[in-house]
Amino acid sequence: MSDVRDPRIPEPATRDARPVSPLGPITRRRERRGERIVLASFGVTMLTGLLLLILYALGGQTQLEGILLALCLGGLGVGIVIWAQELMSGEIRIEERHPIGSGTAEVEELQEALVDEEGFTRRRALQVGLIGAVGGLASALAIPVLSLGPAPGRSLFQTPWKAGMRVVDGEGLPVRAADIPLDGVLTVFPEGFVGNAEAQTLLINAGADRLQLRPDQAQYAPDGFIALSKVCTHAGCPVGLYRAAQGQLICPCHQSTFDVLHGAVPTFGPAARPLPQLPIQRDGDGFIALGDFPEPVGPSFWDMYLGPMVIGEGDATPAPSGSGGTSG
Amino acid sequence: MTGHDKPTVDHLGRPTNEAGKELRATGHDPSERTFLEAAAQWFDERTGTAHLVRTTLRKVFPDHWSFLLGEVALFCFVILLATGTFLTFFFVPSGQPVIYQGSYEPLQGAPVSAAYDSVMNLSFEVRAGLLMRQVHHWTAVIFVAVIVTHLARAFFTGAFRRPRELNWILGFGLLLFALAEGITGYSLPDDLLSGTGARIFYSAAISIPFVGPYIASLVFGGEFPTTAFISRFFVLHVMLLPGIFIVTIAAHVGLVFLQKHTQYRGPLQREDNVVGRHFWPGQAFLSAGLFFLTAAVMSVIGGLVQINPIWSYGPFEPSVVSSPAQPDWYVGWLDGALRIWPSFEPTILGITLPSVFLPGIVLPGVLFTIVALWPWIDRRLTGDRGVHHLLDWPWEQPVRAAAGAAILTVFAVLTLAGGNDVIAVFLDLRVETLTVIFQILVIMLPIVVAILTYLLCRARLRRPAPDELAPRDATSGDSAGGGGAHGPRHAGVALRRTADGGFEEVEA
Repeated sequence: MSDVRDPRIPEPATRDARPVSPLGPITRRRERRGERIVLASFGVTMLTGLLLLILYALGGQTQLEGILLALCLGGLGVGIVIWAQELMSGEIRIEERHPIGSGTAEVEELQEALVDEEGFTRRRALQVGLIGAVGGLASALAIPVLSLGPAPGRSLFQTPWKAGMRVVDGEGLPVRAADIPLDGVLTVFPEGFVGNAEAQTLLINAGADRLQLRPDQAQYAPDGFIALSKVCTHAGCPVGLYRAAQGQLICPCHQSTFDVLHGAVPTFGPAARPLPQLPIQRDGDGFIALGDFPEPVGPSFWDMYLGPMVIGEGDATPAPSGSGGTSG
Repeated sequence: MTGHDKPTVDHLGRPTNEAGKELRATGHDPSERTFLEAAAQWFDERTGTAHLVRTTLRKVFPDHWSFLLGEVALFCFVILLATGTFLTFFFVPSGQPVIYQGSYEPLQGAPVSAAYDSVMNLSFEVRAGLLMRQVHHWTAVIFVAVIVTHLARAFFTGAFRRPRELNWILGFGLLLFALAEGITGYSLPDDLLSGTGARIFYSAAISIPFVGPYIASLVFGGEFPTTAFISRFFVLHVMLLPGIFIVTIAAHVGLVFLQKHTQYRGPLQREDNVVGRHFWPGQAFLSAGLFFLTAAVMSVIGGLVQINPIWSYGPFEPSVVSSPAQPDWYVGWLDGALRIWPSFEPTILGITLPSVFLPGIVLPGVLFTIVALWPWIDRRLTGDRGVHHLLDWPWEQPVRAAAGAAILTVFAVLTLAGGNDVIAVFLDLRVETLTVIFQILVIMLPIVVAILTYLLCRARLRRPAPDELAPRDATSGDSAGGGGAHGPRHAGVALRRTADGGFEEVEA
């Protein structure tokens, strides 16, 4: 590899006199000034490095640490860049670029080397067998991969809610109808499953006269109390906002809006399914569930209307309270 | 530099050997070697690589600011490795519930996961821990931005053309790995915001027809939320992905080295040469300085600007959500697509196509496939299959420029749509209205931008390109750093390249 000066370009006039940096000819004055700046920059690095150590020993302070570390690194960076740009040769170099390919002859030799072993190339049957063997190995290697998670089984189709379960609040205390004023909302769980992600339900006192439900929905909404899955049917966020005046539930993640008064049908946003309604009934001054949600809660999946395909019973029953990671 | 003998002189002071002659002629004693010279010899005697190392040091690198974007991305990666290693020593990758007992009073006594607890400890108890955490997060956010800018530079200048298609694919892979690193890393602190993000990714996974529920279960270790996913994401984030990253970066940079860098057109630049500066020491010093400057910028941002204050978000609870919830910027476009996609969930023959599937899986897949296959699409559009080492100016292929601008516009509109609730408050509009506006914009704006870009490029083509104005005055070396993009440096006079390859002075 050699440097080739382009013959069409005249030799730099100043070349013999003094070297040229990327920013111009390196004069005495320039040299001295450049050296001073570089040294000063390195000095900043030394000083701030020391100050950083002292600051650390004194107990540290995030903002000051950031500034000192930036000055420490920046001094080094500025110094090195000025050194390169002011004091080093910036002469334009020209390097020839050869074609990348090795040429036909070389490639042909490589191809020969690849295929000249007849013990390999002529054994077609063995080649096919090898491919089959690799396939077999791949399926064997799938075993550890399949161990990474249980088959979904029924788990997506059911939640911990069961008939007769008491409706409790986030503290695990039984919910009393009197606790929820008109237009009030409470996040509730089945007793023993507080904080459970799939079972989380909104109990809304929408008012019996405002609810306009189908008969099959109305029978499970006693005294104007309607219980809806809190898991958005779009992407699974908790549907956290209730606009009581319009009777709308809004998901804060993607703004899917559900009309509570008409059975939580989606009226705006990307969600396409209503929030499933939990069948409940009054039990004294509280509530109990009459069963699980009639359809899967949360985001849709391809076989949700086909029913679970259970290949070998997975761990479908959720463990009691605490399965939800950091359940509160 | 070659002689190791001491210079010797006779009784009259005349040199008696080569070293003596050299000392007399130059005043330099050739037997005195600097540390670097000694080290070079020591190393060569043990490896025999003197020639290889010398040609590497003498490699010529074209000098243009836009070629530094890839370097800055590499430096960000190094900073991420350094700060990330520090964080790893303190982070506990576990979803097991513990009671928070650290120094942040509002959360004392709260049940949190061990992961959240350890990040709180990093932020409040470990000295300089918060600085390292914030530098790590800020660098990650900027890292992706630099990669995207670098990719756009390669796109609009046609750097991906033959023979560099392979390196385009490798670079695209690096973008994907960076996104995967960002998403897995973002989920690790197990705060309220990251938990919501992980929840949405889980929903996108189960939306895939036929295999979705299985894939989601295999990735998360069961139905969301699981205690397994934090330790899994941790292994991906600190081991698998960085490993793949390092190998791919090596291949990416190695290919640049083998193929030599592309360059902009200029008076000296031809297809069969490389014009620039020697790697050593000028370019190497410049790069080293740039590394420290990058690190300095990350430090000052990480020190002064708060990012991801998990104590104010609180620990993840599946039934709690904060609003407005904003992810890191590079997933904003995915969230935006989910937000503005119309409600559409057909069930055909009993098989449901979940509403998340098209915007969450198909749309990103299509957009990314277009980007990945661009070298081949570009070939179809321009009919150009030739080998190129000289770059196009961005306007020289109006169709490419228009397509690139349109794709960037789609991402930009979707990213803005990802913040539609925040923008709605800001503009005092209803979210519903704004969503409809975004639905129209995401279709119309790319078309408008493409047409405008095309027309602007055609207009620009009527004027001479920067290299035709011959900005480089080779006699002074004055503009070596700038390449041709800045136009003439000397007011009044410029060199114009004539048809026969010579130069003539013209009034600029």
